Amino acid sequence: MSDTHAQTVAYVRDTMLEPKPAPSTQTGAVKWLRDNLFSSWLNAALTVAGLLVVYLLFTHFFPWFRHSVWNADSLKECRDIITGEFGEGATGACWGVIRERWHQFMFGFYPPELYWRPVLVFVLLFVALAPILFTHLPRALLSFSAIYPLLAIWLLWGGSVWPVVMTGAGFVLGYLALKLLGNVNGIIAGIAAFAVPILFWMFAVGPIDDLLKQIVPISIQSVDSDEFGGFLLAITIGVGGIVMSLPLGIILALGRQSDMFLVKSFSVIFIEFIRGVPLITLLFVASLLLNYFLPPGTSFDIILRVMILVTLFAAAYIAEVIRGGLAALPRGQYEAADALGLDYWKAQRFIILPQALKISIPGIVSTFIGMFKDTTLVVFVGLFDPLKGIPDFIRSVFEWKGIYWEPFIFVGAIFFILNFSMSRYSMYLERKLKRDHR
Amino acid sequence: MTEPHFDREIDRSHMQVSDEVAIQIEKMNKWYGQFHVLRDIDLTVNRGERIVIAGPSGSGKSTLIRCINRLEEHQSGKIIVDGTELTSDLKNIDKVRSEVGMVFQHFNLFPHLTILENCTLAPIWVRKIPKKEAIETAMHFLEKVKIPEQAHKYPGMLSGGQQQRVAIARSLCMKPRIMLFDEPTSALDPEMIKEVLDTMIELAEEGMTMLCVTHEMGFAQAVANRVIFMDQGQIVEQNNPHDFFNNPQSDRTKLFLSQILGH
Repeated sequence: MSDTHAQTVAYVRDTMLEPKPAPSTQTGAVKWLRDNLFSSWLNAALTVAGLLVVYLLFTHFFPWFRHSVWNADSLKECRDIITGEFGEGATGACWGVIRERWHQFMFGFYPPELYWRPVLVFVLLFVALAPILFTHLPRALLSFSAIYPLLAIWLLWGGSVWPVVMTGAGFVLGYLALKLLGNVNGIIAGIAAFAVPILFWMFAVGPIDDLLKQIVPISIQSVDSDEFGGFLLAITIGVGGIVMSLPLGIILALGRQSDMFLVKSFSVIFIEFIRGVPLITLLFVASLLLNYFLPPGTSFDIILRVMILVTLFAAAYIAEVIRGGLAALPRGQYEAADALGLDYWKAQRFIILPQALKISIPGIVSTFIGMFKDTTLVVFVGLFDPLKGIPDFIRSVFEWKGIYWEPFIFVGAIFFILNFSMSRYSMYLERKLKRDHR
Repeated sequence: MTEPHFDREIDRSHMQVSDEVAIQIEKMNKWYGQFHVLRDIDLTVNRGERIVIAGPSGSGKSTLIRCINRLEEHQSGKIIVDGTELTSDLKNIDKVRSEVGMVFQHFNLFPHLTILENCTLAPIWVRKIPKKEAIETAMHFLEKVKIPEQAHKYPGMLSGGQQQRVAIARSLCMKPRIMLFDEPTSALDPEMIKEVLDTMIELAEEGMTMLCVTHEMGFAQAVANRVIFMDQGQIVEQNNPHDFFNNPQSDRTKLFLSQILGH
């Protein structure tokens, strides 16, 4: 500042003003109503019309819910009770079907004496998820999260424990190969990390398995995949798909951004192909075509096949969501990471992905929610999903023939609770990761 | 012409230029597509030199220093930094980058990490320094740039000047032998420019080899031992600051100086 104006100054403030409270019309309920509902004649008219619609919907559906019947063993009994209590022509909800058949909505045709197994798996799911979802919990819990998938598979399908243990052993071998060769050469270590477990599973597992089964026969009653159904099926496929599709989606998103021509082309073709094909087509591939590609004699579990294709489907969408997050990062973040000497993977792990994933949270969770709802499409490959497979089966029984809305509302409500909690968690996560201005 | 107003006398006892070559650039050319950004650049920087690179926008000065740690790739000629030639060999690039610190116009701090984490990440994962030691080093440099009390905040909570000082500390934590500054004060409010320049002057006083792209001519006069003027991708003139400002040789330099100093 120069001092040339010192003599010609026209105005100098000698006291600074204190802040005053806002006028009362600018706060409180009146202001809220005026701003949000009655800000103009048009908005006032729309508000009144909206209230009218709400009133009509309520008066139309409320009696149906008010006339609910819980204790009835057939649709006819329900109707008799409603007519008896509320007069001729009254309609009402018949929740008796839910009370009598809830176990089928939940477990499908899983043997009732083994219900404790899926329930235990479901409870343990939260134990395994807790350290992943809430980072302030002790990190040691993560080791349980790591073995949980195998434990869950064993508890759900039963049978001998050894095939599951051998699958885990394969992963451990792969990890060891990566660690041991990592100091020698990164590329060789990467290849070994894939090759060692695959060779192990192909050649070594069979003989070791047979041997261990004879020496230490640990086994629980096995349950076939066609006995799965209802929410047990939907949650198994949904959780499996979510857990596997996120890492795959990240890899695809990075692949699409890669400078390496083959990696990039493969990622682009994969993503565009999967996104271009309806999920039902992929499910038919899972149920009919996939077996042609496998060596004759191998029977590959139908739930596993469906889970793999649902995973691929969701991964393609997640890859695109994450690509959006990557594109939103300023170029300077990559440059700063480079300038500090971080190599590609370290830069991705510490700088790029944490920020890109944070930006992508709403999109990723939307994809998860969409995928979880899409699990009901497995009805088309002969599995008993909770929305159509199970209700159709129940309707085929004489007592419940003609029951229509109640199963939909019940199943819809459960889907809503599960999806709404996913959505709330994503909002919690966004708030928690917010880093500016605290 | 305005004289720089720095609070104190600059201590020149450690500002010694040695004979050892820190950076050698020979016949370096770079194109963006068809556009010839850098043309036949020859530049030798000795250890301990403080070089200010000036020039109109688009003259290639930022591109030049970004080639030195290969944020930009050059297409012909040689760049040798600390005895390591920059080629497409990733090992050499990583080696050079861990020896050369860089400060950007827009700070480029990592917004999801605390100030302390920003400063310790590279030492821990690139230099493989134990975490405890890295934290001690980071606190030492944060004290040097006078913001140790902000160590556990996130970059978004700091002012621009504070963020830029953190960025300088983050580079210093890697114990670099050369520091590159790419318009470090251009994105700052006038009130904050001084605090960043003070930090840079302290660094110069300790004998750091520095290359600064900047429009702060006061800084150039006070600290630099050499000023380089670039236009259209070429080095047009270089001289010691006294002669550069008082006795410019080329017409292009005279025009530039009259424009930035003339009002």
